Amino acid sequence: MQKPESYRSGPDESGHFGKFGGRFVAETLMPLILDVERAWNEARNDPGFKRDFDFYAEHYIGRPSPLYHARRLSEELGGAKVYFKRDELNHTGAHKINNTLGQILLARRMGKTRIIAETGAGQHGVATATVCALFNLPCVVYMGATDIARQAPNVFRMKLLGAEVIPVHSGTATLKDAMNEALRDWVANVEETFYIIGTVAGPHPYPAMVRDFQSVIGDEVREQIMRAEGRLPDALVACIGGGSNAMGLFHPFLDDEGVSIYGVEAAGDGIETGRHAASLSGGEPGVLHGNRTYLLQNDDGQIIDAHSISAGLDYPGIGPEHSWLHDVGRVEYVAVTDAQALEAFKLCCRTEGIIPALEPAHALAYVQQLAPTMSREEIVVMNLCGRGDKDVFAVAEALGVEL
Amino acid sequence: MTARKPASRLERRFEQLRAESRPALVTFVTAGDPDPETGFAVFSSLARAGADIIELGMPFSDPMADGPVVQEAGQRALAAGMTLRKTLDQVRRYREQDDETPVILMGYYNPIHHFGPESFLDAAVEAGVDGLIIVDLPVEEDDELCHPAMARGIHWIRLATPTTDDARLPRVLTNTSGFVYYVSVLGVTGTRSAQDEEIRRAVERLKSHTDLPIAVGFGIRSPEQVAKIGAVADAVVVGSAIVSLVAENLDADKRPNSVLIDKVSDFVASLAAATRGT
Repeated sequence: MQKPESYRSGPDESGHFGKFGGRFVAETLMPLILDVERAWNEARNDPGFKRDFDFYAEHYIGRPSPLYHARRLSEELGGAKVYFKRDELNHTGAHKINNTLGQILLARRMGKTRIIAETGAGQHGVATATVCALFNLPCVVYMGATDIARQAPNVFRMKLLGAEVIPVHSGTATLKDAMNEALRDWVANVEETFYIIGTVAGPHPYPAMVRDFQSVIGDEVREQIMRAEGRLPDALVACIGGGSNAMGLFHPFLDDEGVSIYGVEAAGDGIETGRHAASLSGGEPGVLHGNRTYLLQNDDGQIIDAHSISAGLDYPGIGPEHSWLHDVGRVEYVAVTDAQALEAFKLCCRTEGIIPALEPAHALAYVQQLAPTMSREEIVVMNLCGRGDKDVFAVAEALGVEL
Repeated sequence: MTARKPASRLERRFEQLRAESRPALVTFVTAGDPDPETGFAVFSSLARAGADIIELGMPFSDPMADGPVVQEAGQRALAAGMTLRKTLDQVRRYREQDDETPVILMGYYNPIHHFGPESFLDAAVEAGVDGLIIVDLPVEEDDELCHPAMARGIHWIRLATPTTDDARLPRVLTNTSGFVYYVSVLGVTGTRSAQDEEIRRAVERLKSHTDLPIAVGFGIRSPEQVAKIGAVADAVVVGSAIVSLVAENLDADKRPNSVLIDKVSDFVASLAAATRGT
């Protein structure tokens, strides 16, 4: 495949990153998708919109998040200097709120009076419910019944924040079905409703829009690493479910040839077992939820369920820009198993006094492999995109500990 | 001067209906629901009971535009081993008994994408499929399947909705053939119903933009509704109400009872009677 002039110029006007992306939605939604695109194009060029975003990012989310040199961990791994981008210190404990803030500001600008969202682990649902409380908009969150059962604390948080959480029993009752149900709601309530999608997927302009909101992560890292080290990092590492935290970290660095970039998918029980969530390592291109991308699917093109100890990575697709970066070879996508992520989770607690979410524990599991192969002068930046409080029950269960 | 012979089953069917001065009854069922054999028996019973056009749903794991009734039908079919290839096989088999009734496949793009769009279209032509309705392929993605389908003479039937405004409508109608399917409500299949007056105005608006027949669907479930909407539209689509009947006549293990086909036939016959004003 021919190397593009820039890796940062996508998508094209019709929302494609190479052959990926696009707008595969029902006609009922199409006029609305075009409205969102128009509004987004205006907002992104409006200094007033950026001022609003920056204000809440600083005073409400707590940005910029620190870039922290994890010394003990680096020592233990015995190779590259490892930095954590501390997006787990954001209000609500993950990177998700960068995006929900941006989208709710857009929804207000469009005069929408009702917000809907899908959620898997509940992190995006909590981040959406949070900004809806902040801006006093009614919020409906669709969540698979299976996920509701295993993420009770987040369900309660959303309710405390005033959101209505609607259990989804259709299909496999997980994140993909929650997204189907949110799309069904949107089709039925197009006039007043804005759909806040939680990752860099969905029909154009969502993948690009969510990426741009999350790029605050990578933009900050560029400044922070220049201050700390006077140069760019040698490698970036982030975990990938839909891929929004990764896209946010990666995008500002895509044209810096010296920066190696690694996306870490969830291999669950192992790619070879078929029980995993690694769309790139173990899936094929297809069309779902408004975009063409790599998907987990069977021989008949039916979507199959993802499996991961991390509910946030448990999605059978991936953002279309990742699919493109995979095909053109700019980003290297790897996968780590549940067991490897658990080991990394414990390592992070023990060496840094940080309980990470299981999602970035996947990124750390790859850093564990990568850092020792690098010299002590080299620098790795990993996105620590969420804190682990939500996961302590799942980890206890996996470790066979009764609480 | 002799009139040009209409090229397709679908065009011949609408020509015949115009001669009879009545609207078409379009019936939707999910292929292979609740299992491939029973599903085929249901599919085969529709035209005999009076359906003019058959829409056959291609089961998909993630049917974003469908309500619970059609979602569950798809799940039943998939659980019983239905596949896209078997759906095509059933159309081929159906053609052995009926080479007149148009059969339109309706569904979502991914199974076709996975099958290979070109191979799928070749197989569809060979099986005797007359048209396609692919919910998640809007005009913006016409290069995917619309253009190659029309090049093979398969009708590309597009959905128009209450949100399709006058500025957008001409674009939506370009590359639409066979008929236009007007989705009369904002929402998914089998849920709410539109007001008669809204539908009448919508059909008039469409007619001012196209000469194609206009079918109206979503939320139509009784002979009374069929009669009313049939008075303003060229075709009336009934789907979830028939699929519900299938669901109601299954035992706990999803096996059909002995009266399922009769129940479906009686209901379809009552809908057909409504298109004939009888």
